Amino acid sequence: MFPEAWRFHIAPYVNEAVQWLLHSFAPTFDRMAASITSLLGAISRGLTFIPWWAYVLFIGLAAWRATRRWTSAIILGLMPLLIGLFGLWTLAVDTLAIIIASVLLALLLGIPVGVLMAEAKGTTKFITPLLDGMQTMPSFVYLIPAMMLFGLGKVPAVFATLIYAMPPVIRLTHLGLSQVPKPVQEAAKAYGATRWQLLREVRLPLAMPSIMAGINQTTMMALSMVVVSSMIGARGLGQEVLLSINRIDVGKGFESGLSIVIMAIVIDRITQGFARRFEPHRQN
Amino acid sequence: MINGDGPSSTYPALEIDDLWKIYGRNSQDIDIDDDELLAELTRSGEAVVAVKSVSLTVEAGEVFVVMGLSGSGKSTLIRCLLRLVEPTSGRIVIGGEEVTTLGEKELTRFRRRQAAMVFQHYGLLPHRTVLENVALGLKIKGMDRAERKEKAREALEKVGLDKWARYYPGSLSGGMRQRVGIARAIVMDSPLLLMDEPFSGLDPLIRREMQDELLRLQEELHRTIFFVTHDLDEAMRLGNKMAVMKNGEVVQQGTPEEILADPADAYVARFVDDKRRQVDLADRKKTAMVKTAEGKPEAKVSGKERSDHVS
Repeated sequence: MFPEAWRFHIAPYVNEAVQWLLHSFAPTFDRMAASITSLLGAISRGLTFIPWWAYVLFIGLAAWRATRRWTSAIILGLMPLLIGLFGLWTLAVDTLAIIIASVLLALLLGIPVGVLMAEAKGTTKFITPLLDGMQTMPSFVYLIPAMMLFGLGKVPAVFATLIYAMPPVIRLTHLGLSQVPKPVQEAAKAYGATRWQLLREVRLPLAMPSIMAGINQTTMMALSMVVVSSMIGARGLGQEVLLSINRIDVGKGFESGLSIVIMAIVIDRITQGFARRFEPHRQN
Repeated sequence: MINGDGPSSTYPALEIDDLWKIYGRNSQDIDIDDDELLAELTRSGEAVVAVKSVSLTVEAGEVFVVMGLSGSGKSTLIRCLLRLVEPTSGRIVIGGEEVTTLGEKELTRFRRRQAAMVFQHYGLLPHRTVLENVALGLKIKGMDRAERKEKAREALEKVGLDKWARYYPGSLSGGMRQRVGIARAIVMDSPLLLMDEPFSGLDPLIRREMQDELLRLQEELHRTIFFVTHDLDEAMRLGNKMAVMKNGEVVQQGTPEEILADPADAYVARFVDDKRRQVDLADRKKTAMVKTAEGKPEAKVSGKERSDHVS
């Protein structure tokens, strides 16, 4: 056994740090919470304003554009109907709002971080281990500080989801930028491109397929946080799953679980179809 | 042959004076006059001398060809001229402007106005059309959309690709892609054209066609061209002047005729011997054909050797 007398805890320091953050930056966190709330509000209002059949139509159309196959357009378009038939439509829209808000913020923060890693190579040394940590840390752990800083409800859910879902888009932005062929970059430099021009005209466009894959991954990660974040009171499909677990209601749990899967499939297909438009132009 | 416009006519178009490029750790601190140290560093693999005390003068309107095998430092040399590779020491003066001392902003301005480069691997943007690729340098320069499209179209016409303006580089053959590369360079109206083995990736027939095309363009444009190649035929066909490089050093300079007539050392002689053999073979073949009017011409003269013969 490990010696009883040897004890050292970092827990009190972590607690103290969170307390300190809370005391010193309370107004900042309040403001952040307020802006996340209003962002969520705007997205929610927009999403609830759209009638159910418009979703079905939009998904069907987007699927057709992505795959050019009627069968997959019809199947994907009809899938969300199932969510409505289960009586989970409103909850699904709530979940969708949280996902859209967290993914938007994740991209807003993540893509510039990825660019920074590619432009200032030294920063990778610090950011990569941080990203590893963010991804391996059990996602439940984020809930505690998120809850302490932002209270209960959707705002901490967005915050926790954001942290959990951000690494893929950072990594794939960085990867995409570092794989841009050297001859193309050299040519642009030879013609007098500044660093910014090089990034905008050459590096970012050529990294786009990889960045799009990152966006797709980030969205999928955000979806997988749905159930976890419902533990801190975020209304939505996740909450239904949680309730079914508490009530040992397998059928109900399956319905909500299936609804989450349906959302994942639909979002994945649509973002992938969108990503394909950024693929380089075919040879021949 | 003198380029009439701008201050470039009063200076040599390009002057390189005692240029060195040493790759390796702390290469800036190495004393290049210390031969023993250099030899030692090279032996131990700590440093590689890519360009060794190169001095050259290129007059305006000249086609100056640098020839050497791969690893002779010619690609590093041409990259030093735009400071795509930072030289370790020495001086480069282009159009009266000392490139080696320019600050970052001036270097950007210099690259936009004074020299345009054509690359062996084209360096075209796959996500932009041929027309947009040709207009890249103009866009970087800040020229407005309508004007740069107009100029790019003219340049494409010059290289005979005006019908391909809307295509993407991915759908073009190697020769056509390099025409786009050339159009992208000439559209800049820079007095100096830098060409880094532009035709080396092309098959021999297309290569020859492209060389003719370049000679035709040069007759029209009268730019100063600094051309790098590993191919002696190409050097002789295109160059008014040439320099032969080996292990980072220039081993001989002069007109192609001078070099062919009097190779300065064994290295140059080896290239030239090859060349002479080809010329002899071709001559013998001709005489053989004359002598045996109905007999078979000498065998073993392949099409390649015939096409490589200097006219």
